Amino acid sequence: MAERSFAKEVKKLRMGAGEEFHGEGILAVTKALLQSGVGYVAGYQGAPISHLMDVLTDANEILEELDVHFESSASEATAAATLAASVNYPIRGAVAWKSTVGTNVASDALAQLASGGVTGGSLVIVGEDYGEGSSIMQERTHAFAMKSQMWLLDPRPNLGSIVESVEKGFELSEASNTPVMLELRIRACHVHGRFEAKDNVRPAYTLSDAMEHPVRDPSRIVLPPSSFLHEHEKVDRRWPAAVSFIQQHGLNEFFEGERGDIGLILQGGLYNSVIRALERLGLADSFGDTRIPLYVLNVTYPLVDDEVKSFCAGKDAVLMIEEGQPEYIEQALHAILRRADLQTRIHGKDMLPKAGEYTGAVLADGIRQFLEQHAPDVARLPGAAASSAAAGMEGLDEVVPPRPPGFCTGCPERPIFTAMKLVERELGEHHVSCDIGCHLFSILPPFNIGNTTMGYGLGGAGAAAFNAPGARRSISIVGDGGFWHNGLASSVGNAVFNQSDNVTVIVDNGYSAATGGQDILSSKAENPIRSTKQSIEQAVRGVGVNWVRRITNTYDVGTMRDTLREALTTESSGPKVVIAESECMLNRQRREKPVFRNLLKGGKRVVRERFGVDSDTCTGDHSCIRLSGCPSLSVKPNPDPLRSDPVAHVEDSCVGCGLCGQVAHAAVLCPSFYRAEIIHNPTAWDRFAKRVRDAVIGFFQRREARRIERYAM
Amino acid sequence: MDRSIRPISIAIQAMGGQGGGVLADWIVSLAESQGYLAQTTSVPGVAQRTGATLYYVEIFPEHAARKAGRDPVLALMPMPGDVDVVIAAEFMEAGRAVQRGIVTPDRTTLIASTHRVYAIGEKTAMGDGILDDGKVLEAGEQAAKSFIYFDMAAVAESHGSVISSTLFGALAGSGRLPFERAAFEEAIRRGGIGVEASLAAFGDAFERAQGEPEAPDHSGPAPSEPDPQHPVLREQLERVRGRFPEVAHFNVVEGMRRLADYQDPAYARDYVDRVEAVLALDEAHGGETRDYLLTTEAARYLALWMSYEDTIRVADLKTRASRFERFRREVRAGDDQLVYVTEFMHPRIEEICDTLPAPLGRLLLNSPRLQRPLEPFTRKGRHVRTATLSGFMLLWTVSRMRRWRRSTLRFREEMARIEAWLGRIHQTVAPDYALAVEIARCQRLVKGYGDTHARGLSNFNTIMGVIDGYDGDEEPAAVVRRLREAALADEQGEKLAAAVAALNGGDDGETPQAATTRARPVRVGA
Repeated sequence: MAERSFAKEVKKLRMGAGEEFHGEGILAVTKALLQSGVGYVAGYQGAPISHLMDVLTDANEILEELDVHFESSASEATAAATLAASVNYPIRGAVAWKSTVGTNVASDALAQLASGGVTGGSLVIVGEDYGEGSSIMQERTHAFAMKSQMWLLDPRPNLGSIVESVEKGFELSEASNTPVMLELRIRACHVHGRFEAKDNVRPAYTLSDAMEHPVRDPSRIVLPPSSFLHEHEKVDRRWPAAVSFIQQHGLNEFFEGERGDIGLILQGGLYNSVIRALERLGLADSFGDTRIPLYVLNVTYPLVDDEVKSFCAGKDAVLMIEEGQPEYIEQALHAILRRADLQTRIHGKDMLPKAGEYTGAVLADGIRQFLEQHAPDVARLPGAAASSAAAGMEGLDEVVPPRPPGFCTGCPERPIFTAMKLVERELGEHHVSCDIGCHLFSILPPFNIGNTTMGYGLGGAGAAAFNAPGARRSISIVGDGGFWHNGLASSVGNAVFNQSDNVTVIVDNGYSAATGGQDILSSKAENPIRSTKQSIEQAVRGVGVNWVRRITNTYDVGTMRDTLREALTTESSGPKVVIAESECMLNRQRREKPVFRNLLKGGKRVVRERFGVDSDTCTGDHSCIRLSGCPSLSVKPNPDPLRSDPVAHVEDSCVGCGLCGQVAHAAVLCPSFYRAEIIHNPTAWDRFAKRVRDAVIGFFQRREARRIERYAM
Repeated sequence: MDRSIRPISIAIQAMGGQGGGVLADWIVSLAESQGYLAQTTSVPGVAQRTGATLYYVEIFPEHAARKAGRDPVLALMPMPGDVDVVIAAEFMEAGRAVQRGIVTPDRTTLIASTHRVYAIGEKTAMGDGILDDGKVLEAGEQAAKSFIYFDMAAVAESHGSVISSTLFGALAGSGRLPFERAAFEEAIRRGGIGVEASLAAFGDAFERAQGEPEAPDHSGPAPSEPDPQHPVLREQLERVRGRFPEVAHFNVVEGMRRLADYQDPAYARDYVDRVEAVLALDEAHGGETRDYLLTTEAARYLALWMSYEDTIRVADLKTRASRFERFRREVRAGDDQLVYVTEFMHPRIEEICDTLPAPLGRLLLNSPRLQRPLEPFTRKGRHVRTATLSGFMLLWTVSRMRRWRRSTLRFREEMARIEAWLGRIHQTVAPDYALAVEIARCQRLVKGYGDTHARGLSNFNTIMGVIDGYDGDEEPAAVVRRLREAALADEQGEKLAAAVAALNGGDDGETPQAATTRARPVRVGA
């Protein structure tokens, strides 16, 4: 069950022609797919595409009604390979993932697909995780489009333009027999807006039609001599076909402006930010009316030479606004103008930053610089906002704390790293190879554990070289998501084959948790449309690991620590695999809370647990926090008038996972932690027992109270 | 080009899981119901796992768009100088918004809750890592056109609601959006979850937003006027009032309070005796001109040291009736619910020896053979349920051992350490008053239980050892202060070791470890 439910929103997918659709970008994309008569959709989750996968999962019923097949792919490579269905058959297919990481994984299949070309429209929707809040390396999908010669759409970030890009993308793909990538920036995926809906279209040619009537065309298979022909086909036939389609259908947009001597060329996705920057400079209004002409590239690859030439002709200078690096488009512009012998000056990364996100402020600064050089008369228009000199900034850097992401309240992965810290105290530091997933938060405070991360499912692979006999063993982390994505072969299988002695910890929380709690092969939950409950242990043993320990309660820090110690010190040779299994707390809470509420309402006896800290006995050393980092374990001012160090404090958000107490025991901390059991709807026996206990305890407490009273001041 | 009309922009600076999304949804729902176009964006992903995150909303009057015949171009991220309202769901996040430059004096209304959600760096510090939010208050006043602030988390809580309701109420109360209060309330109703509580919190925040801002209050509760019943305590209180300078009264009285509660009135009298000796010394060395700093600091730290945390004290505190009541409040148990508390304790051989009469304790501590039968009891942590009869009686019995505390091994050890520490202060004050004060303050390092206590004590000894042999150019007081900060900077003692090594400057080639070992013997004086 995913973190966010779209059960209510997906109803909008049934909207017909003329109705106004209000909603999020990813819903609009889904609606656009249905309006385009898509035959199948596949993908792999990862922000910002996770929600697209969640929408599709929640919309499965609607998809089935329309004969659309939907798969949650095992990996992006699987998703890309799924598009093979459009090679021989006129079926439209769409796949989606987070980029560039997903595109990296998918590129084997993508390159094969792009070489042979497609018959049915093939759309690759990539969520470009670039800039603020991004969790991955900062790279561009653009390079993949160029190297495999797939076309790249980067539409203006409003729902109308995005929906149109989906529809036109399929047509472009079919017109040029080439897969098309649709790049959506992270904010565009989550933008809430509106557009006018059309009727959904059932695919004219279905997957069962294809399966019943297979078509074979060896010239589409990547093997010599076809592969050599494909290369020629790409540049001789498909590329020109694409360029003429783009031109004919006006996929790129020109916006007139009174200053004919200069102009801006920009990626479609940056349009709104550029308009806002121009507005701040007094050169545009809220509706996008501008004094400087704009050439908006809703298709950033391939470029249309004729359009570039006609835009630049007669202009002294243009500014190319292109986010990310290297500046592929700017380089291409230079080549186009040089070949055409046009003398228009091209500016770009000489005035805008070479790297980093192009925010409104960055754009305004770059455009201002461009204008100062080429249109000094408009550069300082009255009413143009000065570079906003915000006040009050001095000294803030020292007090505004960084807030790195961290494990959630009650997260079952936290105790694994607590145990690793405790083992570290005994055996010293080990090299730790991390993976992609929530567990990567271990590299941040308070754990500070982990040396590298090499990719999804590659935790074990990242420690492959550390195979020196007799040396202190390395520890690798692999999540259950990464394990099924790639880890079984690349990390575990590789360790078996190469006779590694290292330790691999497989963090099994039952979901692809970091991406929003989607189900995977080993999820414990029943899923009506997927096969779950497959065993990681069997898979690991199946590829030849003999030393496997499965821990089904990660909160038991003592056992966790002892198992890790054993794995690191055992005489047994070959890879050591520890499967640390406890359900993701976010999912567990989502499952259990409604049940709890219903029991309460029904008058049933239920016990709720939560933890607390005795501020009387807490001395403010915060060891407990350094071994946990739980968001609900915080500090508060010391109530003791003689002490100034804040005391630990458990907030009401505590879910009672029990780690605090376990840590206090395992690390022999202080006696300040307590667990409170709160009995709701107590039975008559509960009440009786409590009365008896209270009577006896009360007798002693009253005696003590008299002493306290006598000695009080 | 019509530059007369522009969107209203609202940025919400929050932390993942704080309900920033709910608030953004309310604003969209509100705007759309009032004939406005609305666009909202956020950056989801890992930032939402407790990290800082930003939601951004722009709204635009639909009639203007109809008149123009097309949709406005709305931005997807805030731009400095372009934001009308910034809502901060926590006080430091208001600082972050100012830092981003999106709060500007020409247009921005800054709405901030003054409560703190401490960042991981503030929480993991070994001492007090809480950052000063006064700077944020100042920055907000300077950067914003208007600044609305009060504790919106507390107001929400008082109505059984969450902070999104009060933030929404403050937004309505700010009058920055062209909508009536009723329209805001309708948006909450349409949301459909926890409506009644949300509306109450909303209304309260609405009113407060229109009143005076309320700065965060960091002052603790005022201490009560001492009024002892016990004759010894009354007599000692008179003595303190007559003999001690006014400036020392607070600490000495709090110290007495603490020690009478810890042991008995006689123990409080011992305490006053010791502080008085320090006072005499202080007076002899110009304490009057220094605000009796040595006396006040010694009074504070002596009280803390004399009330060292032993098993008896823990058992005592854990069996008190007042504690049972406090727990019910802390876990928010209703009147019809029963609460049981389980304690997590891990008594080790050392704690058992500590609580035994000194000769016996010492014998056991040095004899592995005698320890063996006790091993099963000390290997694992114990769960003690203090609201059941067996659990309560166990701790109650331990707490009764208070009567024999003065004869325990731990008591003897602590008293020796205290005398050594006081002796050092006595010897130091004549040549170097400031150093004596810093030595007094080093008691702060010695706290906690088990390993924490051992680590603190070892750091304390290291610093005392360093200062004994110190003959550098830097002021000794400054050296002690620096070493103490270093000792509190990390758990492994690396910072302290490095600081010590730097001081030794390699002149005698001594390693930090050697310095630590050398520091062990404590000079017993006075």
